[in-house]
Amino acid sequence: MKHVITINKANLAKSANKGGCGKCQASCQSACKTSCTVGNQACAREEEEK
Amino acid sequence: MHVMEEKVMIHKFKAKDLNIVLDVNSGAVHVVDDISYDLLDEVKPPFSMECPKNIIDTFSDRYKEEDIKEAYEELKNLYNEKMLFMEDQYEVYANTRVKSPIKSICLHVSHDCNLRCKYCFASTGDFGKGRKLMPLSIGKAAIDFLIKESPDRPNLEVDFFGGEPMMNFGVVKDLVAYSLEQGKIHNKNFRFTITTNGMIMNDEAIDFINKYMDNVVLSIDGRKEINDAMRVRVDGKGSYDIIIENFKKLVAKRGKKEYYVRGTYTRNNLDFANDILSLYDEGFKEISVEPVMDDPTKEYSLQEEDLERIYEEYDKLVDEISKIRDSGKYINFFHFMIDLNQGPCIIKRLRGCGSGNEYVAVTPDGDIYPCHQFVGNEDFLMGNVLDGEIDQDIKTQFAGAHVFSKPKCRECWARFYCSGGCNANNYIFNGDILDSYDLACGIQKKRLESAILMKILEMLKQQ
Repeated sequence: MKHVITINKANLAKSANKGGCGKCQASCQSACKTSCTVGNQACAREEEEK
Repeated sequence: MHVMEEKVMIHKFKAKDLNIVLDVNSGAVHVVDDISYDLLDEVKPPFSMECPKNIIDTFSDRYKEEDIKEAYEELKNLYNEKMLFMEDQYEVYANTRVKSPIKSICLHVSHDCNLRCKYCFASTGDFGKGRKLMPLSIGKAAIDFLIKESPDRPNLEVDFFGGEPMMNFGVVKDLVAYSLEQGKIHNKNFRFTITTNGMIMNDEAIDFINKYMDNVVLSIDGRKEINDAMRVRVDGKGSYDIIIENFKKLVAKRGKKEYYVRGTYTRNNLDFANDILSLYDEGFKEISVEPVMDDPTKEYSLQEEDLERIYEEYDKLVDEISKIRDSGKYINFFHFMIDLNQGPCIIKRLRGCGSGNEYVAVTPDGDIYPCHQFVGNEDFLMGNVLDGEIDQDIKTQFAGAHVFSKPKCRECWARFYCSGGCNANNYIFNGDILDSYDLACGIQKKRLESAILMKILEMLKQQ
């Protein structure tokens, strides 16, 4: 495309298909404790499948 | 700025001469030229076969007609491929975790501390309830409670927290052993973390932490003078000279296991990028430095009027981290981490940390609260690990705190990245876990824009 560079492919909707397994860590346990961020976490299930 | 039309939303912003567009509901990120960027102020679905005449007329003073038509066509293609103006279809998942198991506990093994940090949300360690250590029996009951409350969850987390957990190190060691033993019996994988101020740390403690703790959070604020102004010992002296050496020793022996040096910035060091760089210069590569969250009347508390200055500092941090990485060296800043291709599933993204629902804090007496920041507030006392019963009304209240029940999140482009923010901050500052704290939201959004920008810069370099 001439006007647009797409950096990543859409993925949030697909993630629902096998989502919600609960294997991932609670985001507050990682390094914050006062300001939650979830988007910077990894999917534990994807990590297992690697 | 963002554009919202019923259930579609994009967020577009300029950074480093790039026009960046995030399609909120798909998660797709695009870098677009000026025509497309401007067109997105006017263009919305449904798209027509040809570029509408009113769109051409609106922009014909700035751009050639054929270019406008071409850009329109490309935007239309992105829409058809569900990478632009995708509809929000996720509210159906909002209630999927109401009866969620508890899989994570913050174990307050010590309501005592050997520092008197001025910004401490735990009232310098005792949470306003008196200084005490958790007996082993309570700790074991907490582990038993976690195992009982986590059916269908193979991975459990225990964070040893305080106060200063190393003041009760014997119990920490015994609880690790007990958890591993019980984990074998009940088929649970325990993941341990510890958050420590580094004041008590001999070789034995370092070796134990490095062996058993999957992650360790090392509290230090950055430059010596910044750290020592806030993180003071009981005798009033600064802690830096002791903790920096202990942390270096621990990290040197940690190998590839996860750790973070974690600092807090306040109104007194709005040039906090220098603190992150100071930690880097001291040899730390995994760094998290975060805004203080405290009573707005305190002289060091951040104010709305500081936001522009804070945003500039994150811009500076992007430059400095880029420079380090361009020189072939490694640095990781926790709040600039983002995985645009994968990351957590959308169901996880609807709720932040899971406080009060999947995640709870347990005090030295065994009392259960939604998280460490609610400890001591009797309105949020959920039960006690000794009787194992939990207040389902409070749990349901927290399970119901998600991006669709928080009015500001519903309208916010960042909702699937911060996932509704911190319930405790919302309660402390606005009196309602569903009422987002604007100051924290402003900082969070800036960090996300910075994270997206850094990812784009890296990808463009690779091309």
